[in-house]
Amino acid sequence: MTSIYLLLAAILFTIGLVGFLLRRNALVVFMCVELMLNAANLVFVAFSTHYGILTGQMAAFFVMVVAAAEVVIGLSIIVMIYRTRRSTSVDNLTVLKG
Amino acid sequence: MLETLTPTIASGLFDYAWLLIAIPALMAALLLIIGRATNRFGHWLATCAPIASFVLALILFVDLLGADPSARAVELTVYTWASAGAWQIDVGLLIDPLSILFVLLITGVGAIIHIYSLGYMATDPNRRRFFAYLNLFIAAMLILVLADSYVVLFIGWEGVGLASYLLISFWQSRPSAAAAGKKAFLYNRVGDLGLLMAIFTLLAFFGSTKFAVVEPLAGELSPAWATFLGFMLLLAACGKSAQVPLQGWLLDAMEGPTPVSALIHAATMVTAGVYLVVRSGAFFEQSTAASLAVAIVGTVTLLVGAWIGCAQDDIKKVLAGSTMSQIGYMMLAAGIGPIGWAFAIFHLLTHGFFKANMFLGAGSVMHAMSDDTDMRHFGALRRAMPITFVTFGIGYLAIIGFPFLSGFYSKDHIIEAAFESNTALGVLALIGAGVTAFYMTRLIIMTFFGSKRWAKGVHPHEAPVAMWIPLVVLALGSLIGGVALNGWIGGWLSGVGADSPGHASWLPQFNWLTWVTLLVVALGVLLGWWLYVKRPVSAKTPVPLPIGTAIGRQLTGDAVVSTVVSRPGLALGRGVALLDQRVIDPLTDAIGHVSTALGSGLRRLENGNVRTYGVTMAIGVVLMGLALILVWLV
Amino acid sequence: MLLPLLTGVEVTFWICAVLAIAGAVGLVAFAKPVYSALCLALVMICLAVIYASMGAPFLFVVQIIVYTGAVLMLFLFVVMLVGVDAADSLTETMRGHRLAVALAAIGVLALLTLVIVQGVHGHPVGVDAANEAAGGNVEGLAELIFGRYVIAFEATAALLITAAVAAMVLAHPELLRRKLSQFDLAAKRMTTYEASGQGLAPRPASGVFARHNSLATPALLPDGQIAEASLSPALTGRAVTASPEDLWSAHDDVLVALEQAEDVDFEDALIESDPVIEQAEVDFLDDQAGVDSDSASDQVSADAELVAVVAQVEATQSVPVVPGSDAPVAPQPDEPVEVLVDETVDAATDRPSAAATDPLVDDGYTPASDDTEEER
Repeated sequence: MTSIYLLLAAILFTIGLVGFLLRRNALVVFMCVELMLNAANLVFVAFSTHYGILTGQMAAFFVMVVAAAEVVIGLSIIVMIYRTRRSTSVDNLTVLKG
Repeated sequence: MLETLTPTIASGLFDYAWLLIAIPALMAALLLIIGRATNRFGHWLATCAPIASFVLALILFVDLLGADPSARAVELTVYTWASAGAWQIDVGLLIDPLSILFVLLITGVGAIIHIYSLGYMATDPNRRRFFAYLNLFIAAMLILVLADSYVVLFIGWEGVGLASYLLISFWQSRPSAAAAGKKAFLYNRVGDLGLLMAIFTLLAFFGSTKFAVVEPLAGELSPAWATFLGFMLLLAACGKSAQVPLQGWLLDAMEGPTPVSALIHAATMVTAGVYLVVRSGAFFEQSTAASLAVAIVGTVTLLVGAWIGCAQDDIKKVLAGSTMSQIGYMMLAAGIGPIGWAFAIFHLLTHGFFKANMFLGAGSVMHAMSDDTDMRHFGALRRAMPITFVTFGIGYLAIIGFPFLSGFYSKDHIIEAAFESNTALGVLALIGAGVTAFYMTRLIIMTFFGSKRWAKGVHPHEAPVAMWIPLVVLALGSLIGGVALNGWIGGWLSGVGADSPGHASWLPQFNWLTWVTLLVVALGVLLGWWLYVKRPVSAKTPVPLPIGTAIGRQLTGDAVVSTVVSRPGLALGRGVALLDQRVIDPLTDAIGHVSTALGSGLRRLENGNVRTYGVTMAIGVVLMGLALILVWLV
Repeated sequence: MLLPLLTGVEVTFWICAVLAIAGAVGLVAFAKPVYSALCLALVMICLAVIYASMGAPFLFVVQIIVYTGAVLMLFLFVVMLVGVDAADSLTETMRGHRLAVALAAIGVLALLTLVIVQGVHGHPVGVDAANEAAGGNVEGLAELIFGRYVIAFEATAALLITAAVAAMVLAHPELLRRKLSQFDLAAKRMTTYEASGQGLAPRPASGVFARHNSLATPALLPDGQIAEASLSPALTGRAVTASPEDLWSAHDDVLVALEQAEDVDFEDALIESDPVIEQAEVDFLDDQAGVDSDSASDQVSADAELVAVVAQVEATQSVPVVPGSDAPVAPQPDEPVEVLVDETVDAATDRPSAAATDPLVDDGYTPASDDTEEER
């Protein structure tokens, strides 16, 4: 039973990864990161259920808090980038190329 | 064994002997550091400095005169410069009969030339800098002659080299002046190497370079080392005094302002070599070879300088050749041995007067002729510039050895001593006297007699008062210097190591050699008169000589140096450069190219695109997972 | 039984799993960021439901409130800020990138699957016992969070504060030069006036007509042409301004409507109406007959008067205006036609009512995008 939760998490994680790698809009990329975080949360909860310990749920809670903080920063950075470059495409942000 | 004076510790006025050096040094520093603010009055301050030093030197001289002959050496240790192990290097001054004469010459002639420069450099925009350098020179030269050890002497030695460099290339916007300064500096470096080697040798053997310490120990040196030391000191003297292998720089040094030529390149600095040889006499006595080498170098230079003097049309270069020649006489005297040392110094002093006199006269002529130095454009100046002509004439008579003028006494002594030492040297010195008479006659006839060959727009006029008063003073010195010093200097210097020649009278002893010398001189004068008065001088073409002008011009040794040193040096440099370009550069370039290629290859990975990085990271994770699984399976 | 034996938990899982995967695929596949965000919301809600079914009611609530409610709404907000209607291009620009992504994705999925299949054994214990032991899920988590992991909790608190401050710092636009004060602007205007003779007076206001109060309605010059200065450059740039022809022709439609109203029961209305209004109407119609139709300014003012009269008539008589009288004003056919005769004109005051003074909403322009454009 736990395995199917984990498999769902794996699938969601992989889809998130694919989106992260394929999409160019920074917002969507960021959403994909959130999706991957959610998949990880699912794994925490699944193992919490599997072993009957609440620590996993607590970890998922912490992940959410951290994700909230991360979103705040990430989005304000995206807004700043948009403000200066009128674009949110990550492909345009290649200033650091070698 | 020589009688060397054991210096006594300074007391009384001698405690302030360091002021001799400090005053001009301070003044130079003042003018150079404060800068433009002293533009208006700096030259007056600078002129006061050597005068003050001269007054102080005069007082000390009188003090020494009154002292007991055995107590005429005073040493003043200023401070300990360095103390390392067994070696202690003190900065100390030695005031003895030899050095005080030099101090008087330097400050006296220096003061006169400062006064002369007030007029000569009146309109130069960099007048303050010029005077600052002159004071720097005076200070360095005083360090040189007052030093009580070879190390301190070396400081002054380098200091005068620096001042000489700065003053030769004073008009540094002229490429020829800049090149001349560099040339002088480089030639001097060769000589400095010799002095350094000598200092190292002394330190190695005696652990000290103090004259008072090392000179009594000179006899302990093995003959080979004594010869080595002598040759090294000779090399140093050759560099500084423009003696034969290293004579090339002096003619080019005439690019500097004429007062500089008079002070540094005639009266004082170039004679430092003679001072060094005389001061190191104790070592030369240990090595006949070194002494003979000094005499030979002196004789050769004497003739070469005279020949150069014959071959040049530039008034300053003729005088420069003459300076070389006269210093050759001094070196010859110094090489003869203790008996000649006093004559060398005697001739040095008289030469300081009459040569400075003639240089300043030449400067006066140049001043009148719009800075032209070519004698072919002169002529008939005796009416236009009577004071210059008369003073120059006195200098001329002094240098050719006209009876009872200063050169007559000093040069006669040297020729006489040379004959006593070695007939060949004597004959050559005699010939030199004749040639000297010839080229000086040529100079004075081309400049002051004959027809006017002036360039258009040149109106010769007598120099301003600041310039002709020094001429008169120096002319007086040339006139009576010989008579005044003749009977006295031998005894005065006997304590420093010179044997008293025994001429206790101001009257010269006319013997057969004196008459022969006078005859040779007269022949030279007649030849000059015959060649340049009887035949008109062209303003354009080189003035013909009885024997090769071309050879005379080659005698500066520039061609030799260029063949022996410059060309091989350049070739070596080119070879090394070729090695660098063909072997080392490709090797280092290859390293560079490889890393560049690697870098540009790796650069593609760093394309700045987040998504590429992401894919790379994801693939990396997969690969690491696979690796872990493989490890787990194995 | 045809149906496999399924527990409620399993049913919930399968439904939510399918929806979640669909949502995730939609998140990646939709070109418009808004759709992606909504898909993500779907995924999160599905996960929340799954959490609930797994005995984690606290996480369910947090997932809904914090994640879906706050975080995702923040996303949507930024999406709106950046431009809601912009669709991303989904063509790949980097050669070989898709292949690499596919390889990486397959590799990651395979690895994860391998680990899951290999590493997880046995039946789940379930957290019910743990929940009961603590007296409930929330109490159990609280014990952990404020007990053993309180330091970590405090750390997250600090993290959140830092993030809030950082967001404020980042969002605060840095002024490249000093902001111009009113004094500066006035001085600048005077300088411009001195130099070119322009700009001393305020720019003309946008055309405010009884039927059009949009900012996109230009003011008309006496000869009927558009006063360019009355329009925002942002609107002119988008070509969404009303054309003057429409402004002129509007009253024709009104007249037609008026005629039709007359045909029905206008006379009754006139009879019953206030004689003053009646007189006004008659005077107006008389005037109108005498006015040459090529004078645009007269037309416009007459239009306004006429509309006012008609409105008053309507207000008193409750005469329905024929819907066909709506004139197309905006040049774009898909834009909502805004003829506001019947709602916006206040009968008593003759002016556009407050309800219709929000032209931005009417025109469908987001203030945010306008603002950002002006910031530039």
